[in-house]
Amino acid sequence: MSVENNRNVGQQDYYMVDIEDYPESNWDQFKQVVKRTFSTELFVGLWVVLREMLKFNIHTVKYPEEKLPLGPRYRAIHEMLRLMESGTERCIGCGLCEKICISDCIRMETKIDENSRKEVSEYSINFGRCIFCGYCAEVCPELAIVHGGRYENVSEQRAHYSMFDDLLTPMDTFKAGQQKEFPGFGAIIPGSDESVKKTPLAY
Amino acid sequence: MDTAFIIETIVKIVVILLIFSALAGIGTYFERKILAFMQRRLGPMYVGPFGLLQVAADGVKLFTKEDIIPTGVVAKIFKIAPVITAATAFMAAAAIPFLPTFTVFGYTVHPIVADINVGVLYVLGVMAIGLYGPLLGGLASANKFALISTARAASVFISYEVITGLSLLAPLMMVGSFSLIDFNNYQVDNGWLLFSQPLAFILFWIAAFAETGRTPFHLVANDHELIDGFGTEYSGMRWGLFFIGEYANMFFISFVMALLFCGGFGDGSVAGALALLGKVAFFFFVFLWVRAAWPDIRPDQLMWLCWKVLMPLAVINIVITGFVMMF
Repeated sequence: MSVENNRNVGQQDYYMVDIEDYPESNWDQFKQVVKRTFSTELFVGLWVVLREMLKFNIHTVKYPEEKLPLGPRYRAIHEMLRLMESGTERCIGCGLCEKICISDCIRMETKIDENSRKEVSEYSINFGRCIFCGYCAEVCPELAIVHGGRYENVSEQRAHYSMFDDLLTPMDTFKAGQQKEFPGFGAIIPGSDESVKKTPLAY
Repeated sequence: MDTAFIIETIVKIVVILLIFSALAGIGTYFERKILAFMQRRLGPMYVGPFGLLQVAADGVKLFTKEDIIPTGVVAKIFKIAPVITAATAFMAAAAIPFLPTFTVFGYTVHPIVADINVGVLYVLGVMAIGLYGPLLGGLASANKFALISTARAASVFISYEVITGLSLLAPLMMVGSFSLIDFNNYQVDNGWLLFSQPLAFILFWIAAFAETGRTPFHLVANDHELIDGFGTEYSGMRWGLFFIGEYANMFFISFVMALLFCGGFGDGSVAGALALLGKVAFFFFVFLWVRAAWPDIRPDQLMWLCWKVLMPLAVINIVITGFVMMF
C-alpha cells in the first residue's frame, strides 16, 4: 500500500484499559479510598504537569504570524487553473460543476466563441452558500476548477461572490511557473501511471 | 500613642494594601502563565512584553465596566458583599509579619501592622469572616446558581473550618502562643514545626485549599457547574473586589503557612527574609500547580473528607501531641 493511501494514522498499538470492579460495600469503598490516598497516583498527576512545564515544549501556534501547513487535499477557496502548455484557461464550459453543486452556489453562462468553441462568459461562485464539499473539483473533467489553500475569507456581506477572473490563475503568476497542480479531489492519484494497462489491440 | 507610631502604622497599611492589590493582579498573570506552561501553551503573549501588561488590561476592563445591579436583588447586601471579601482579606493581613524587623536610616521598622497576642486566631477568624462575602452576595443575587453556590459555601465552610482550627491546636500547644512572631522565634530555636508536626501541616494545607476555594475544592464558584457561583450576577469592580479578595487570601494563607510551619523568616537576617518570600512563592505556586493537575471533587466528598477523615486525624494528632508533651 502506498503512503498516500494508508489512512491508518498512528501507531496502531491499542490495548484494553484495565478497569477495576466498582466497590460494592462500604468496606470496599473504604479500601478504595485508602488505596488511592496512599498510592502515589495524585503525585503522578502533579509530576506530569510539572515535567511538561520544565520541558517547555510549547505547542502554541501564534496564528497570524505562524500558520500550520495545509494538507494537499485541503478544500478552501477555489482556483481556476490554466493549461500548462498554452496558458489558456482549462474550463471548457461543460457545466458539470454547476450541475453537481449541492448547495447551488455555482452559476455559469456559456456561449460559442469566434473559433466555434464553447466559452465561459459568466462564472461565479457564491461563497456565502458554498460548503466546500469538493464535488465541483471532483467532477471537473479538465481539472480546471480545484480547491486552493486560501482559508482566510472576510466579506462585508454574507453573499460573497467570486467571479471567474478572480479565481483564474493570473497570467504573470502562470508565466512565472507558480501554478501548482492540485493533488486533491479529482486529481490523478500519485503512482497511477503504473496501474494503467495498455489497451489490448490483438483481439 | 505617639505620632510617629500612627504615621508608621498608616504607611504600613497603605503599603500592604497597595502591594497586595497589585500582587492579586500579578498573581493572575502567574496563574495564567504557569497553567499555560503546564498545558504546553504560552498563555498571555500580546499585551506588553511576554503579556505582562495583561494585568493592566484586565484592570482597565474591570474598572471601566458598567456596575450592574440587577432587578430583584437585595441591593444593599448585593453591593456590600464584595467589600466584605476584599476588606476581610486585607484585615487579616494586619497580624502577619511580612518580613523580619529591619532598620532604614536608623529607624527600626516592624513589617507587621499589629503584633497582637492572638495573631493566629485573629488571622484565621477574619479570613473566615470573609466567607460572608460569597454567602451574602449569593443569597442577595436572586440567581439560582448563586444560591446553590451559597449553599455550597456554607457546607464547605462548616467542614474545613473545623480542620483549620483543630490542626493548628497541636502546634499551638507546642509553641504556647498565638503570635505569629512567637511561632517564628520558636522555630528558630526548635526547628521547623513542619518536621515536628507533619500531620498538622498537611491537614492545614488541605484546609487552606478549601479556605481559599482553590482546586480541588473549588466548589463555591465552580465554573463548569455554577457559572461563577456567587459572582454570576456581579460585574465590573464589584466582581473585581471578590477577585482581589480571593487572590489576596491566597497570598496571606501562604504567608501564614510559611510562618506557622516552615520557619518563617528565621533569625531575621536578609537571607531569612528572602527565604520567607521563597516559601510564600512556593506555596502560591503549589496552589497553581495543583489546579493544573487535579480535578475538583464533589461538595459531599469534601464534607466526607473533612468530617470523617481529616477531623479524626486532627484529633488523634492533638491527643498524641498532648501525651508527648505531658511525658
